[in-house]
Amino acid sequence: MLRRTAPLRKRALMANKVYPDAKSALEGFTFDGMTVMSGGFGLCGIPENLIIALRDTGVKDVTVISNNAGVDGWGLGLLLETKQIKKMVSSYVGENKEFARQYLSGELELEFNPQGTLAERCRAGGAGIAGFYTKTGVGTLVAEGKETKVFNGETFVLETGLIADLSIVKAWKGDKEGNLIFRKTARNFNPMMATAGKKCVAEVEILVETGELDPDAIHTPGIYVDRIVEGTFEKRIEQRTITKRENA
Amino acid sequence: MPWTRDQLAQRAAKELRDGFYVNLGIGIPTLVANYIPQGMEVTLQSENGMLGMGPFPYDDEVDADLINAGKQTITALKKTSYFSSSDSFAMIRGGHIDLSILGAMEVTDRGDLANWMVPGKMVKGMGGAMDLVAGVKRVVVVMEHTSKEGASKLLKQCTLPLTGVNVVDLVITDLGVFEIDKHDSQPMKLLQLADDVTLEEITAKTEASFVNALR
Repeated sequence: MLRRTAPLRKRALMANKVYPDAKSALEGFTFDGMTVMSGGFGLCGIPENLIIALRDTGVKDVTVISNNAGVDGWGLGLLLETKQIKKMVSSYVGENKEFARQYLSGELELEFNPQGTLAERCRAGGAGIAGFYTKTGVGTLVAEGKETKVFNGETFVLETGLIADLSIVKAWKGDKEGNLIFRKTARNFNPMMATAGKKCVAEVEILVETGELDPDAIHTPGIYVDRIVEGTFEKRIEQRTITKRENA
Repeated sequence: MPWTRDQLAQRAAKELRDGFYVNLGIGIPTLVANYIPQGMEVTLQSENGMLGMGPFPYDDEVDADLINAGKQTITALKKTSYFSSSDSFAMIRGGHIDLSILGAMEVTDRGDLANWMVPGKMVKGMGGAMDLVAGVKRVVVVMEHTSKEGASKLLKQCTLPLTGVNVVDLVITDLGVFEIDKHDSQPMKLLQLADDVTLEEITAKTEASFVNALR
């Protein structure tokens, strides 16, 4: 049993997860040909600063697993511009002209995954599940060449779990242990991807002292997070749709 | 007169039932939210991780962390919950959503659906469409009946890559409404004609084989 009060000496030996900026937080975690998972849906909940820092490392031939590919000039679009991405694994890339250009000209490899299959592949990878059967995509291009199996008269296709060399995620709040809380629909792929990276770096809007977050409210326990960095965010909006206020 | 976009959405809204959990696709399906009948309780799911989607925000309420699957800014309701993408698709794949309304490029009389890719031309991706058609209890498609060149989009066989096989339950086009009863040897049944559209016109513009079940 753990003693109720751990000796201070032991605490001091624990790895410090907090880094001063995105650049230092990626140090030693990148190499050419690596696979990176990047959280976010559209531009919502993307690790803005870590994407820029990843670009600035100059790392090449990266396979990026991300639901979307950013837009021209922002998010993962920045890494497409510099041609650092060799292959994308995504469910939807319709927002990015440079992406379409590189793909149609054969410069960029692309593996489309149905969105739910992509999410589950990340969850499975992080949870030590090698593969799972889903009915999504049966009879379509995405099931071609994959094993199928009939359960209770219905056909399912085998999909494999995904693991990345590095996952970069964005949360709203985090503490020095790496515990994370996401905000609204900015959660999306971030929690699963945090679990499926051999290394995980998280960037947060607000970094607090350990103990300040409600343990019942933590979405991602700190065990999954190797490094954490506080940043400032642009939070660009793709479709600003509003309701007009009627004059009272 | 064929139905307009808003009339299509209005017709699709007739498929809603009190207490339903519903996922609406991008485009015309999104407009269905404007025609939820007064007094009917429908909960909209957005596959990026939200249940209980509210209307667009006022200008001073816009929150970059609160968007729908079409990446549009939206609002929350009292009943709203947020969750991860894997939870969202567990909900979808696991058959917990009652109704999915989505667009299509091609549909067959057996309910095969194509709506995500035009090889060599359009690279967008399927997003959540394949999961939705595989897992949601009832799938309603809202689409144009013919292409700009006048070719039928209701076919015997899809020419484009499939989104799902035998997945569509109801097709609403600008010319009429077809039910697809997957257990019948003649699955596609014409239920309704758009205003001033004749049986001759819809028959001439439909490649898929259907039986007349007009009431």
